[in-house]
Amino acid sequence: MLLPEVGYARPSTVDEAVHVLASHDGARPLAGGQTILNVMKSRAAAPDVLVDLQDLDELRGIELAADGTLVLGAMATYSEVIASAEARARPILGEVCAQIADVQVRNRGTVGGNICSNDPTNHLPPLLVALGTTMTIASSAGERTVPAEEFFVGVYATAAGPGELLTKISIPAGKGDGFAAVTIGKDGTCIVSAAASLDGDAPRVVVGCVHGVPVLVRPDGADEEAVRRAVRGANLEPPSDVHASADYRRHLAEVVAARAVQRARTRRS
Amino acid sequence: MAATAPVGGKTVTVRVNGTTYEREVEARRLLIHFLRDDLDLTGSHVGCDTGNCGACSVLYDGTLVKSCMLLAVQADGASIETVEGLAEGDELNDLQQAFGAHHALQCGYCTPGMLMSATALLREKPHPTEDEIRKGIQGNICRCTGYVNIVEAIKSVGA
Repeated sequence: MLLPEVGYARPSTVDEAVHVLASHDGARPLAGGQTILNVMKSRAAAPDVLVDLQDLDELRGIELAADGTLVLGAMATYSEVIASAEARARPILGEVCAQIADVQVRNRGTVGGNICSNDPTNHLPPLLVALGTTMTIASSAGERTVPAEEFFVGVYATAAGPGELLTKISIPAGKGDGFAAVTIGKDGTCIVSAAASLDGDAPRVVVGCVHGVPVLVRPDGADEEAVRRAVRGANLEPPSDVHASADYRRHLAEVVAARAVQRARTRRS
Repeated sequence: MAATAPVGGKTVTVRVNGTTYEREVEARRLLIHFLRDDLDLTGSHVGCDTGNCGACSVLYDGTLVKSCMLLAVQADGASIETVEGLAEGDELNDLQQAFGAHHALQCGYCTPGMLMSATALLREKPHPTEDEIRKGIQGNICRCTGYVNIVEAIKSVGA
């Protein structure tokens, strides 16, 4: 298929990348391309300039800091996370990445691309909110950090604005995590997803696919009824579409949230 | 910063099946069209054009990718293997012969992608389990529904 005409830049440093992003209205980062190229094919969006991040080695690392924080470069692919010994410090990450699409997409698709596209059906936005992640965003003004629950601001929209680039995803140490989803076919698009982390003082349960951004709820316990009550209390108003009605998504939200917490409990014990 | 000024196209140098090609391409050109239309390597197929079917799968610096999900300009400097590179001289390789022997193709449209996915899998796991084979070709759709024979063919090579 012929894409709309587009400019192409291939910077070799983050500084150059944020400069070119800031210099052109309608410039968009090109990470793995597994979302944005399809968006361009469907004419849902037509960026003026694609800023190819492939030469930015500083965005590729997967490192474990001395305090146990796992730091993913935004350009780390799903396959790299799955294969990484460091990423096993938070095993849920590799497990969830292995459920995304297929080999080809996992080889190209990146963690940064998954969260910056913030498609409400994507796996990683709810997961990273549950894990208490911090995002580092670079611009010509320097770096700033944003907690995951403030990073996702709407459908396809994040706190990384024009002229900004997500560079790092910092995930605190922990292991009591779970993820559950009802998908369209095995490893397919999520109809409703939920991630849970029991590492903090109270469970963090995050539901995906039911709102423009992941919905964080804080049940007062980790038993099934407490989780279901907390999800009900969020008064979700999910969309209806060919895959599920709003009522069914509301039902699934409780079910997958309870499953995610149950898996997290098993993992923690 | 001149090096990062956006361009509408550029000259790319790409190695495909051991041959180096240099071509001028528009930035919007997908890698699959570069392979098929610019290099006349029509073995890789366009099935869906949306990253779902896997008929355009190639190895990109040794990694399995869908060539409708990359731009040709991204591939500047890359080394690519397509289905045309599998045969050993005039002889089909073991995997290709196994596809024939196990009747692993009917219309053959998905076959180039299936072969490249199986090639990637067998390089990583020379003796894959059936589950690993099924996971390995998860991104490749066969609409003649011949998966059983495709799995059998791959299994026979990895036995």
